Amino acid sequence: MLDNNQLLRFTTAGSVDDGKSTLIGRLLYDSKSIFEDQLEAIETTSKKKGHEGVDLALFTDGLRDEREQGITIDVAYRYFTTPKRKFIIADTPGHIQYTRNMVTGASTANAAIILVDARHGVIEQTKRHAFIASLLQIPHVIVCVNKMDLVDFSEEAYNKVISQFEEFSSKLLVKDVRFIPISALLGDNVVNRSENMDWYQGAPLLHTLETMHISSDINKVDARFPVQTVLRPQSEEFRDYRGYAGRMASGVLRKGDEITVMPSGFTSKIKTIDTFSGEVEEAFAPMSVSITLEDDIDISRGDMIVRSNNKPEAQQDLEVMLCWLNNSPAKPRAKYTIKHTSNDQKAMIKEVLYKIDINSLNRSSDDTEMSMNDICKVRIRTTKPLMVDPYRENRTTGSIILIDDATNETVAAGMVV
Amino acid sequence: MSKYYLNYLDELESEAIFVLREVWAQFQNPVILFSGGKDSIVVTHLARKAFYPSKIPFALMHVDTGHNFPETIKFRDDLIDSLGVRLIVGSVQESIDQGRVAEEKGKNATRNALQITTLLDAIEANKVDCAIGGGRRDEEKARAKERFFSHRDDFGQWDPKNQRPELWNLFNGKYFEGEHFRVFPISNWTEMDVWNYIKRENIQIPSLYFAHEREVVWRNNSWIPNSEFLKLDDGEEVVTKKIRFRTLGDITITGGIESDADTVEKVAQEVSAMRQTERGNRSDDKRSETAMEDRKKQGYF
Repeated sequence: MLDNNQLLRFTTAGSVDDGKSTLIGRLLYDSKSIFEDQLEAIETTSKKKGHEGVDLALFTDGLRDEREQGITIDVAYRYFTTPKRKFIIADTPGHIQYTRNMVTGASTANAAIILVDARHGVIEQTKRHAFIASLLQIPHVIVCVNKMDLVDFSEEAYNKVISQFEEFSSKLLVKDVRFIPISALLGDNVVNRSENMDWYQGAPLLHTLETMHISSDINKVDARFPVQTVLRPQSEEFRDYRGYAGRMASGVLRKGDEITVMPSGFTSKIKTIDTFSGEVEEAFAPMSVSITLEDDIDISRGDMIVRSNNKPEAQQDLEVMLCWLNNSPAKPRAKYTIKHTSNDQKAMIKEVLYKIDINSLNRSSDDTEMSMNDICKVRIRTTKPLMVDPYRENRTTGSIILIDDATNETVAAGMVV
Repeated sequence: MSKYYLNYLDELESEAIFVLREVWAQFQNPVILFSGGKDSIVVTHLARKAFYPSKIPFALMHVDTGHNFPETIKFRDDLIDSLGVRLIVGSVQESIDQGRVAEEKGKNATRNALQITTLLDAIEANKVDCAIGGGRRDEEKARAKERFFSHRDDFGQWDPKNQRPELWNLFNGKYFEGEHFRVFPISNWTEMDVWNYIKRENIQIPSLYFAHEREVVWRNNSWIPNSEFLKLDDGEEVVTKKIRFRTLGDITITGGIESDADTVEKVAQEVSAMRQTERGNRSDDKRSETAMEDRKKQGYF
């Protein structure tokens, strides 16, 4: 691989029948990422189940329960590499019951692959997937119109899906949508260009994934550096060293920059930006570095170093789109631990403003009980201010999770409006 | 203007450093589970980078089955000396002597499963609340669903159906008394990434990973090294071959492959052309289709 090869994370959502597992199997198989012993295991299982040929979908089967039931329950991560990029697939189940897993897979993705069966067109599930992609602000959406072999590779069928999708997605916030007609089963337009669809002038799926521009997916404008921990070696050589360790959440910081520490408001200048391999002139997201300042000020975990002329808002009252992840519904006015970057505070859900029906996108303010997989707009009050940006502008400083102190479980994920 | 993106190895490294720093910030007494294998060596290297110029703030914990390659133990001791960190050893032999576990019997007997008890005992005895491991999601199908921060109940068990959701990079390391976490900073790395990183960073690894002459026996489709623990079957014969190991486990179960790759460059080259997964030579994974999942549920690495 070349030195400048990037990492692209994408998510696939789908159910048993729309060919999601077959598509992933096809990508891995045609990019030669499946090993012989894995293939042999699949061949054996295919035979046992009485399938004809090798069922590529079996490759993505995971846990014992899933194998027995033939469904994906949890997010599974898969990896493959081409000479151009390294890919991480968050393979998630597509059924409404598993909204929380789709949200999880979407949270770190650069791109979402949405599968549509060419015979059925846009269905409820398609809308659900597109809505989640827009809610989680996945920068790129690729709609794969699958099973083209079953509609005689018809351009008309493909165009019909596009217009259906565009009609309802105009209400969503998705910046980059592309369409590709494929047959995951036969491999058309997955890795190799289809010989059955001359009318399609665009690139096959893999080529699209290999070449799409992703450097701008992370916000490079607003410098945000949440402090994870303070490094104080107290050794001979580094007696007075005090480094603030963390990972750039967004933007760029340079040596000499005027900075402000939030929430205290103290100001200073960046003295050095250090890594194990030596000093660097600048740090940009998502680099992990250690920053030293010109002045001795009191900084600890949970604080955020930002450029003085570009600060996030310190907020105690947040409006958040919340996805409920837990079996136990939200308790009215219950207290939770809220986690935001490296900062933990206590929080209370003050009010549920409305619930979204993720199939129709309708809002309802009558039904405000939050159960597993529900997505609601809520008001949250925290004990101390959080330094937040709107999620739409910053996926790292705009996201939170809620932890139930009684069980220690992660019960909700939220995006700051 | 310089480029404002990281290449894939830098991004994986930055992610792992972020995770290691979260561990230090969220737990009281974390340790690195150190097997002497390349993955735990890479994790240790990443910990050095994460806390530089401080020393690694974790102890290294080694579960010693007594069935080690002598090379692994020497490598471990040299590394401990050079890093100036504490070593905690959990001994399977002691667990056997104390009657906590019983030795398996028969030709294919190994101490692999016995390690679980020793590991959990060592975690409890040392009040460890977080054990950092070199597990990767690409290794095995049960590991594909593992979290970065993986919760273990007070019996040390993993419940794959009741894992905490993990979104963005917000890791929830909260636990109750007696529970602990396993954390996997290189979850998103593949075998190839590990080799490319070892090559780039010039990380020292045990000589066992490079081609060398060794006495071996052909068994279960791989070359099992001759050792004092090996019992020969009828028809089996000890021969000398030029081999290397892709993974390092107990000397009794780790199969080697024939190879001439005697440098990191050659090994990386060879791995990129491999058509078998690295655990394909591990007889512990071949016992059943869900062997890894079953062991993980009980508290395995």
